[in-house]
Amino acid sequence: MKTPISYFVVLSAVLFAIGTVGVLVRKNALVIFMSVELQLNAVNLALVAFSRLHGNLNGQVLAFFSMVVAAAEVVVGLAIIVNVYRRMHTANVDDASLLRW
Amino acid sequence: MTADQIVFWVFAPISVGSAVAMLFQRNAIHAALFLIVNFFTLAVFYLVLGAPFLFAVQIIVYAGAIMVLFLFVIMLLGVDREESLVERLRGQRPLAIVLGLGLAAEIFVAARASLGLARGPVNFDRTVNVGGNAQALSHVLFRDYFLPFEVTSILLIVAAIAAMVLAQRERTAAEPGREVEAT
Repeated sequence: MKTPISYFVVLSAVLFAIGTVGVLVRKNALVIFMSVELQLNAVNLALVAFSRLHGNLNGQVLAFFSMVVAAAEVVVGLAIIVNVYRRMHTANVDDASLLRW
Repeated sequence: MTADQIVFWVFAPISVGSAVAMLFQRNAIHAALFLIVNFFTLAVFYLVLGAPFLFAVQIIVYAGAIMVLFLFVIMLLGVDREESLVERLRGQRPLAIVLGLGLAAEIFVAARASLGLARGPVNFDRTVNVGGNAQALSHVLFRDYFLPFEVTSILLIVAAIAAMVLAQRERTAAEPGREVEAT
C-alpha cells in the first residue's frame, strides 16, 4: 500500500465539512439526520486511517463502537422525528418552534 | 501507480461527489440513495486500509440496516414534497458554506502539520492482522475492550425500548376500538 494516510484523513475532513454544511443548510429533519450520519462516517474513516497509521487495532475497535452507537442513535432519532411529525404534521425544523418566544 | 492508489483516486471523487449530491438534492429519497453510494465508497476505503471486517459491517449495518430504516421513515412520513427555501435567519446558507469550507481547510492544515502529506502506512497485514482481521479484531475487542462491549449491549437494549416507547401511538378515548382490533 503506497497511498499516504493523510489522503484518507483529508478525505474524511472534506466529508465531515460537507456533513456540517448539510446540517446547517437543510431544513428537512430527515436530511439533517442523514448529514449527521455522514459526519459520523467521516470520523469513522479517520479512525480506521489512524489505526493503519499507528499499526494497532484500537482505531478499528473504536470505529466499530461508533457504528453500534450510531445504530442506536438512528433508532431513537427517527422515532423522535416520527413523533414530531405526528404532532405537528411537518418534518421541517423551522416549523417546530414551540419553545421559541 | 499501485492498486490501492488507483482505488483511492477512483473512489475518492465518487465519495465526495455523492456527498455533495446528497447536499443539493431537494428530494429526501434521492438524498438517501446518494448517501448509500457514499457509504459503499467508505466501505471500499476500509478494505484498502486493511479492515475487511469493518468493510462487511459498514455494508450490512449502514448501507443495509440504517439506510433501510431511513427510507422506511421517509415513506412513512410521505415527505416527497420539496422543502421550502425560506430563510428564517438571513444569510444563513452562504455563511454555512463559507464556514464549511473554513472547517475543511482547517482540518487540512492540521493534518498536514501533524501527519505530513507523504507519510506512508506501516505494514499491517503481517504485524497486526495476523490470522485475519476478524480474528485479530476479536482478540482486541474481547480482551481489552470487553467492558465497553458489554455496556454497548445495554445501550442497544435501551435504544430498542426507547424506540418502542417513542413510536407508540397514544391510546386516547377517541379510539376505543383499537384494543378489540388488536386481539
